[in-house]
Amino acid sequence: MPNNPSPLEVHDLTVSYHHRPVLWGVDFTIPEGKIISIVGPNGAGKSTLLKAVMGLLPLSSGYVKIYGEPLQKKRSIVAYVPQREEVDWDFPINVLDVVLMGRYGRLPFYRRLREEDTALAKDALNQVGMLELQNRQISQLSGGQQQRVFIARALAQQATVYLMDEPFAGVDAATEKAIVTLFESLKSQGKTVICVHHDLNTVIEYFDWTILINLRLVACGPTEEVFNADNLNTTYGGRLGLLAEITERLRQSEWKRRAE
Amino acid sequence: MLELFFEFWRLNDPNVVWVLTGSVLLGSSAGAIGCFAFLRKRSLTGDALAHAALPGVTTAFLLFHSRDPLVLGAGALVSCFIGYFVIEHLIKRTIVKEDSAFAIVLSLFFAVGIFQLTRIQKTGIASQAGLDKMLFGQAAGMVRDDVKILGAVALGLLLFVILSFRQLKSISFDRQFSQTTGLPVAFFEMLLALSLVLSVVIGLQLVGVVLMAAVLLTPAAAARYWTNNLAAMVLISGIFGGLAGAFGANVSYLAPRMPTGPWMVMGVSAVFLISLLFAPDRGLLARIKRQNRLSRKVHEENILRTMYKIGENAGDFSIPVDTGTLLSYRNMALQQMEAALRRLRRKGLVEISEGRFTLTASGLERAKEVTRFHRLWELYLSKRIQIAPDHVHDEAEEIEHILTPDLEALLLQELGSPIEDPHGRVIPKAAAAEGEHK
Repeated sequence: MPNNPSPLEVHDLTVSYHHRPVLWGVDFTIPEGKIISIVGPNGAGKSTLLKAVMGLLPLSSGYVKIYGEPLQKKRSIVAYVPQREEVDWDFPINVLDVVLMGRYGRLPFYRRLREEDTALAKDALNQVGMLELQNRQISQLSGGQQQRVFIARALAQQATVYLMDEPFAGVDAATEKAIVTLFESLKSQGKTVICVHHDLNTVIEYFDWTILINLRLVACGPTEEVFNADNLNTTYGGRLGLLAEITERLRQSEWKRRAE
Repeated sequence: MLELFFEFWRLNDPNVVWVLTGSVLLGSSAGAIGCFAFLRKRSLTGDALAHAALPGVTTAFLLFHSRDPLVLGAGALVSCFIGYFVIEHLIKRTIVKEDSAFAIVLSLFFAVGIFQLTRIQKTGIASQAGLDKMLFGQAAGMVRDDVKILGAVALGLLLFVILSFRQLKSISFDRQFSQTTGLPVAFFEMLLALSLVLSVVIGLQLVGVVLMAAVLLTPAAAARYWTNNLAAMVLISGIFGGLAGAFGANVSYLAPRMPTGPWMVMGVSAVFLISLLFAPDRGLLARIKRQNRLSRKVHEENILRTMYKIGENAGDFSIPVDTGTLLSYRNMALQQMEAALRRLRRKGLVEISEGRFTLTASGLERAKEVTRFHRLWELYLSKRIQIAPDHVHDEAEEIEHILTPDLEALLLQELGSPIEDPHGRVIPKAAAAEGEHK
């Protein structure tokens, strides 16, 4: 569909980390307005894939397109939710401060925050049920609340495409439910949500589309089509032993795929 | 001595005013900038960069035979940046980890600096006097022109912190996210490194290269104790740094042969120690106080629950009990028990007559509540988490004291308003719930 480009197209993406390829030639295109999961075992390169898409890691080869254009041109419509563990929650700021950071990218260097930005941040907090805690010091939040704050920060960016790294990891039941409801509401606005997901039990229930990866792409398609025993076996099973072995040898020989 | 002290603060001597202004500006700008190095856990950067400045100073002197602060400053700037890039390269491109990279660069650059310093002293170039003061600083040696340059740079640094506060905040909290929003993270990190380098360079004469790191970081570490707000932290850190600067300048004036750096470090460290001990909320004393309060509460509640149990067994809550009976039910140091009983009495929860204790009406209510929490929690543990009934007691002990009514409501909902705990004892109902049933 050339007239209607995909919210995310990943083409022949290879990412190396310390000379070791952690993703090999990943290639997929996803449809608009779906809730999508990225599933695979530990060390399969799920977080790496998100970071590569967000331009946080150098690509050894391949490209990423957002609605048919490179990320640099579409930054303002893509929001990223990192894993909770990636920041120090003892940092001296409160909940609203964190969410307001979702607005910083939009403001020129010299411009102060406007009332409109604060209103958007509060609205985002309201959507995740955290408005009452807006003045709370972030070190006093529970795991689920931390996750909601991170999601609110992404909502404040008013993006069209959301990339989230394990939003359901270590959260309480109430938060999980709140996040699922939020996803549905984003979907109804035609927005696309892509999540790294760990819990295989909920994949069918929560996600329209599923991307299975383990160092390379195993399958990408509607969940009911691709989330089957065969693909799961390939993703989680031992058949990748050879690829892992080769990766390790390459690392030892300091192989480096040249960037294009 | 005292006479000199007052003479200093009378500020009649224009040179004193210059030195004081310079020291305060340096201290506060370093304190403000240092907050970001501290929060980004890059404390070692300041230390490595400060030491890396020395060979720049000595090389500039050897090349130009000049003591002009601009010439020496430029030399320091260049070698700091070389040091910075070597560190970055080591971390990114080799197997050397961050801490080792800092240590390697710090010691190598410092060694080269000391090497050259010794050579300069041997050649006996007349104007070398004062160069060795760059190791530990000498405030009194500063002249008006030095201070003018220092002041301009320090004000520039403060202005930078104020103008890019938002960006620095975002980058320090979550670097990767900031990058995804399109914030020029690398650019601001470069500016931040430049400001660290600049504060090192202007601190050369006052503090010296060896101890500069403490002036950058200790005020920030101290300020963190007093606030949970980044803007306030930067402000407090700046004030602490400024105070240390004033202190260093004062000592340097009283004892001109003393190096200033160590005195400034003494000053900020004293402030840090006070913060560590006495800061409200985060300080050590506040923490101990909180722990004591909790342990007193635990003792009181344990006694109330024991008295309830004794009354429950006897079928009568009005029979007085003595400490011996309580001790047979409850393993506790007698002294602690007596102290807790005195507190309960003061609160009107327990009455005493002839060395025996009874629960008052409000004491009985409170005892019921504590017992209810305990038994509900035991039941929850044995039902939902499937811990054997004879093991749940100890687990329940710790949690019951922090259970709040909203958690209790959740427990009741989860357990469907149970009647008995896993040991078959009746769970006492809340006063309101009791009324409903009757």
